Amino acid sequence: MMSSTPAAGDGVGDGDMESLPLVSEYASVASTFDPLLSASAAAASPPSSPPGRGFTPSNTMSSSSFVDPPSYADVAGAGADAFSPRSASASPHSSFASPKRSARAASSEYEHITVSDPETEAEPAATSLVPGSAPTYISYLVTSLRRGDGQPTQVRRRFRDFVTLADRLAEAFRGHFVPPRPDKNTVESQAEGKMPLPGSTDVASRMLDGAARLPRQLLGEETVAAPQDVVQPAKGGRDLLRIFKELKQSMVTDWAGVKPPLVEEDREFLEKKQKLQEWEQQLTSASQQAEALVKAQQDMGDTMGALGLAFIKLTKFETEEAMYDSQRIRAADSKCIATAAVKASRACRDLNAQTVNYLDTLHDHLSIMLSVHTAFADRASALLTVQTLMSDLASLQSRIEKLEAAASKIFGGDRARLRKVEELKETIRATEDAKFCALREYERIKENNRSELHRLDRERKEDFLEMLKGFVTSQCYVSVMLDSTDLAM
Amino acid sequence: MRTWGPLKWKILVKSKDGDFMDKERSPSQSPRSSAAAVAGGAPFLSISVTDPVKMGTGVQAYISYRVITKTNLPEFEGPEKIVIRRYSDFEWLHARLAEKYKGIFIPPLPEKNAVEKFRFSKEFIELRRQALDLFINRIASHPELKQSEDLRTFLQADEEQRMDRARSYETGIFKKPSDFLQMFKDVQSKVSDVVLGKEKPVEESTPEYEKLKNYIFELENHLAEAQKQAFRLVKRHRELGQSLADFGKAIKLLGACEGDLMEKVFSEVGSKSEMLSIKLQREADNLLFNFEEPLKDYVRAVQSIKLKVGSEEATKRFEHIVRLMNEELARFQEQKTADIGLAFHEFAKGQAKLAKDIADAWRSILPKLEACSTS
Repeated sequence: MMSSTPAAGDGVGDGDMESLPLVSEYASVASTFDPLLSASAAAASPPSSPPGRGFTPSNTMSSSSFVDPPSYADVAGAGADAFSPRSASASPHSSFASPKRSARAASSEYEHITVSDPETEAEPAATSLVPGSAPTYISYLVTSLRRGDGQPTQVRRRFRDFVTLADRLAEAFRGHFVPPRPDKNTVESQAEGKMPLPGSTDVASRMLDGAARLPRQLLGEETVAAPQDVVQPAKGGRDLLRIFKELKQSMVTDWAGVKPPLVEEDREFLEKKQKLQEWEQQLTSASQQAEALVKAQQDMGDTMGALGLAFIKLTKFETEEAMYDSQRIRAADSKCIATAAVKASRACRDLNAQTVNYLDTLHDHLSIMLSVHTAFADRASALLTVQTLMSDLASLQSRIEKLEAAASKIFGGDRARLRKVEELKETIRATEDAKFCALREYERIKENNRSELHRLDRERKEDFLEMLKGFVTSQCYVSVMLDSTDLAM
Repeated sequence: MRTWGPLKWKILVKSKDGDFMDKERSPSQSPRSSAAAVAGGAPFLSISVTDPVKMGTGVQAYISYRVITKTNLPEFEGPEKIVIRRYSDFEWLHARLAEKYKGIFIPPLPEKNAVEKFRFSKEFIELRRQALDLFINRIASHPELKQSEDLRTFLQADEEQRMDRARSYETGIFKKPSDFLQMFKDVQSKVSDVVLGKEKPVEESTPEYEKLKNYIFELENHLAEAQKQAFRLVKRHRELGQSLADFGKAIKLLGACEGDLMEKVFSEVGSKSEMLSIKLQREADNLLFNFEEPLKDYVRAVQSIKLKVGSEEATKRFEHIVRLMNEELARFQEQKTADIGLAFHEFAKGQAKLAKDIADAWRSILPKLEACSTS
């Protein structure tokens, strides 16, 4: 554990996050680096292809293709009547928050968090032989506003800082569904400025979004001395001995040679896990099909546009130096077709922007599944720790028994053996303390899992209903745009 | 020199079994009018190309068509005659007419080659049948071409009456190796002349003639582009249909994981998706037959005119040609305007209906979705 004193009031600076202390005063640390919530960042970005996202609408879609989602009332009432399309005045919305996100956002501690404005900066301590080729990194502007605060806070953070935050959250919130951080590679390729920013900021903001909603139960957690070391499963090469022991234990558990004393007996949990596995499978397939659908809609729009263009050219050709009357008639006809096709093409593109937006829920939930896996893994490893300790205890106990039995056979006692027994008893006491902590940790994680699963169930229902409603509504709306008056000939 | 007479484009509709039926027939074709003509004693000649059947196996396989001729003209052997013909037989007829009636725009044939696996697809067969039917009927409606003896031979000769033209079954009834060769040479020289721009010295040409030529050449380019995009649009409709079907299925499976109310909702959306997929496939067919094919036909016609306009003989006789061609073209243009106007109308109608169907379908399940979220 780091024990340097917190750098109070230093949060607004661009100091390296790794020097910030991780102590029980989590709140103070949190306020210095301002985790974020950002639905707005996701919307502000033009819908060009961020790799982490999975949807790749073509880059030719300009910002004008992002439109307000039509309300249900608008569409239901439209029928066959003339409908003034709001998307005709497609205005890029800088803070377009889909209803589900704003509802959840309302319960968060943070009013909003945004990640934006990537900038290349030079490594501070770097020296370079060739001037102008100093190693650089990208920094992002993180703007956040906590409820009750007057002014938003702004800091610059680099990718490394996000990684640190992610790691710490993972440690502090074992068993919770901590959203995954963006991939390093995603960010790397963006470092050259080739791909647009939204990818990493979007995933980053989603991560922070989730992080801001994690409960603050770490406040006031007592620090326990020795057993603390044992409670975390062996990790990071700190304790090779523990690693080997746990490995042995997990193998034993796997091969079921020895029946472990404590087994994952929570049937409800196992059922839930199974169901989630199926869910994830179907989700993956659905998100793939959704991508194909988006591409097909995109292509349709493109070809319609090309058709319209071809007819515009034909019209122009037939009207220039028309020799016959029939040419004029044909030109008028082809002009109609051209107009209709171009309009249809635009409608297709608008629709696609909406579709991408709504079907993105599928991707969101895929990344949630990632965090679920981590949470379940936390649980499994905590259980493993408990089991290892229990089998340790069992073997210590049996050693004591053997020694005592051997010692009792010798008349007058066996000082060496008895001393050994005392040592072992001491070890047992320590191990029991450790087991007690490990069990408590395991129970804690179990409870986290349970409450998170409950939350996920609820949010999943909300999100998907939202998605379907939005998807269907947008399909109605755009089709209505192509009413027969456009195509009447 | 006359072009083929007025022939209404037949609008094709796919029935539920996937077969094609005509929605409307041109007056010269309808049973009623032929019956009336017979009754009234007016001369008529009615031909239909029907019943495509796959013959043979493997590489040698081909499609044969049934050609039914109904007529009361004395030049013909009888009131009705049915013969079996294949594509190469139509080619023979085209070549013979082109040779004998040099000044006339012979109606175009559908394309010879097709990608192997596409060759026997239902749509391709039907498109070809339709185009061949149009071809033979345009000939029959043409005041000069309809009197051709070759046409009569084509319509009436049985397999036994091969005469000295008959050849082996594989290559069709009317092929002679030398005929073949000559045909090839003709086509080759015409095409290469045009392609290489190797027309006869321009000294005999007038600006008016050049203007005509330029118009034809450019018209072909624009039409070909439009037709290309139309063909792509057909493909897009099929692709979108397929992806909607797949998506619908996946959504249903996803809902099945949830169970209860959610499952119902997912299932509704999935089913609608699948239903709309079918509508899209239908519209793809509609576009193919009633929009793309007419455009294609137009392109073919312009291409054959182009060959004529760029050919050696034409440039030699340009004065005569120019006057006649202008008349010809005017008539051709009128004809085409009507055809294409109809095709455009079908396009607009089809798309409007599709859009409406899509909107209606989705709108119908919105109340259910709405009810879900308030509960």
